[in-house]
Amino acid sequence: MSFSSELLIKVLVVLATAPVMALGLTLLEVKGSAWMQRRPGPLHVGLRGFIFPLATAAKYFQKETIIPKDVDEPVFKWAPAWVIAAVVGLFTIIPLSPTLIVRDLELGVFFLLAISSISTIGVLTAGWSSANKFSLMGGLRAAGQLIAYELPLILSVVGVVIQAETMSTVGIVEKQIEFGFPFVIAGQGIAFIIFMIAATAEMMRTPFDMPIGESELTMGFMTEYSGIRFLIFYISEYINLFVMCAIASTLFLGGYHIPLLPTEWVNFYGPLVLIGKTFTLAFLLIAIRWSFPRFREDQLQTLAWKVLIPLSLLNIMVTAIMKVVF
Amino acid sequence: MSQTMDPNNMPFLSEASVSVEIETEDMTLNIGPQHPSTHGVLRLVAKVNGEKISSVEPVLGYMHRGYEKLAEVRTYPQVTTLVNRIDWVSGFANEIPFIAGAEKLMEIEVPERAQYIRLILTEMARISSHFVFNGAFPLEIGALTPIFLAMEDRERVLDLLESVTGGRFHPNFNRIGGVKPVAGAGPTTKKDIQDLPAGFYHDTKVAMEKVLKAVDTFEDLIGGNEVFQARTKKVGILTKEVAEEYGVSGPILRASGVEFDLRKQSDYLPYDKFDFEIPIGENGDCFDRWSVRTSEMRESAKIILQAIEDMPSGPIQAKVPKVIKVPKGQTYVRAENPKGEMGYYIISEGGLGPYRLKIRTASFSNISILPIMLEGALLPDLIAIMGSLDFVLGDVDR
Repeated sequence: MSFSSELLIKVLVVLATAPVMALGLTLLEVKGSAWMQRRPGPLHVGLRGFIFPLATAAKYFQKETIIPKDVDEPVFKWAPAWVIAAVVGLFTIIPLSPTLIVRDLELGVFFLLAISSISTIGVLTAGWSSANKFSLMGGLRAAGQLIAYELPLILSVVGVVIQAETMSTVGIVEKQIEFGFPFVIAGQGIAFIIFMIAATAEMMRTPFDMPIGESELTMGFMTEYSGIRFLIFYISEYINLFVMCAIASTLFLGGYHIPLLPTEWVNFYGPLVLIGKTFTLAFLLIAIRWSFPRFREDQLQTLAWKVLIPLSLLNIMVTAIMKVVF
Repeated sequence: MSQTMDPNNMPFLSEASVSVEIETEDMTLNIGPQHPSTHGVLRLVAKVNGEKISSVEPVLGYMHRGYEKLAEVRTYPQVTTLVNRIDWVSGFANEIPFIAGAEKLMEIEVPERAQYIRLILTEMARISSHFVFNGAFPLEIGALTPIFLAMEDRERVLDLLESVTGGRFHPNFNRIGGVKPVAGAGPTTKKDIQDLPAGFYHDTKVAMEKVLKAVDTFEDLIGGNEVFQARTKKVGILTKEVAEEYGVSGPILRASGVEFDLRKQSDYLPYDKFDFEIPIGENGDCFDRWSVRTSEMRESAKIILQAIEDMPSGPIQAKVPKVIKVPKGQTYVRAENPKGEMGYYIISEGGLGPYRLKIRTASFSNISILPIMLEGALLPDLIAIMGSLDFVLGDVDR
């Protein structure tokens, strides 16, 4: 197969998978929250609530796109594209099996951290170009938050990289298979918790949703968006949730592998295993989202700089020492 | 005053410019009237420096409905329909001080049973109001679950209110000299008349047990939540002195450590027959205001449980003339409403309706401390403080 046709197939598969996963997670979130809040609606309406995400998407498609008078139009229009491009780009390095991966990059983890920062640009430009004070504050909060939480995210992954001696995501999973235990048990438990907290902050989900903070900033940087552009922000939030949880399962929970299953069949069960792990992690984040209020901006920064970053540095140190000793 | 700068006259310019920070102009942020957490149509003109608020000015009047003026062209029984709508979250409680004031002027002795029914329903209104608070306050801080739980439990209390009065929000149930009999119960002149619906005793008992359970849930889910504590403890501290100076009342005053509850201090309803405590806060911060209200729900449920146990029998309506005319005079009757002290100053010229009615509402006085509390606060704290004050715009603007 030529390179271009292979690329085309891969792009199409990713572009088909991403929204489906987003829909699945939307459904999980809607049902999970309804279950936690004893809301009967989403459990009954529309084929027991299962067509709800599709109906939501269809609704946004038919909504009018309102572009306020004073916005910086090109910037405003392109901002959602940055965000969704960044999160869909991360699909490149998620391994569904040793071979079912868009590209097993040598510097996979590095790629992850580099690409995930791009969405900051989209959020910041969305906030700035909206010509709305609430949007501006939301955008600035988002920028501050993403910068602060990028560090613990990176530093927590460094521990994994040291332990696995590779930056390739497939390599990290293979190392865990070889090791017999996923990294979350074998030494990287703290790193896993830090990674999940930082990922939640990166995704701007409660309790770290100040950039959106609908009770404070109406909708933060998304205030002025409507119709399909709002849908893009909305969908990229869920794609991001999927990607981050998938990466967390890959790095810490053994990815596509579960013990006792024959490795030669990994191409068949691998995707299911990874998606299962991902949705379990996502459910954890959903449960957190619906039980906690949001932090204050300064508390969030304090948590990042005074707790998470020192902890992750300590984790790196301990991992490195263990690596040298054993 | 503009002046040409002469470098020779400013010898310290170079030193100064090193240490001076970049002075940015404060941004004026219009919070409201359309904003998710201004409880309706309150507008706050805030001067913000980044996230910090340097000054705030509340702008009221977006919901002014002129009830004081309207009351002048209505008869006394008609006014209860209006005052129901002042604080719609606890509609029933609004009627009590007005009716009590008119009765005071007319020197009517209200039958004990009617007073008990009023008391039970007032406490139910308090519980339902605090349920709304327990939903709305966490919602504003960012927790979305409690509101659904609160609304579900509040529904039980509202069902009870509806079964007695026929209205969930606007009962319009009090009559001068008593309360309304149950629909179809016949003329009020009979000695014994059905007033409460069948099964009220049992339903109330069940509902109050559920309320007590819900309070436990809230204390666990909301009060025990670390993020909630971080957002509310030591935030928006209102000292005793400031609270007293500004005429703050109700749970906000008690959260600041002042033991003042008109249910104990006044005799508009027979509260002295029941055993209940007044929850007092220590620090006067947002968390205390939440916890005082939540504990109050428990006390209210206790009062109701006691009241249905020793409910006296007898008439529910005192003897009143067919056409109600209040004799000349003036009076001020105040009551402990869920939001704070509510009072009606009635001036009667002996006509069918009040000559002048001044309504003192709790929320109006309570939000007068906003500029003081918000000075120097952070923007997220503004939301927390406003939420903890638990005001209703109908109660502010009347």
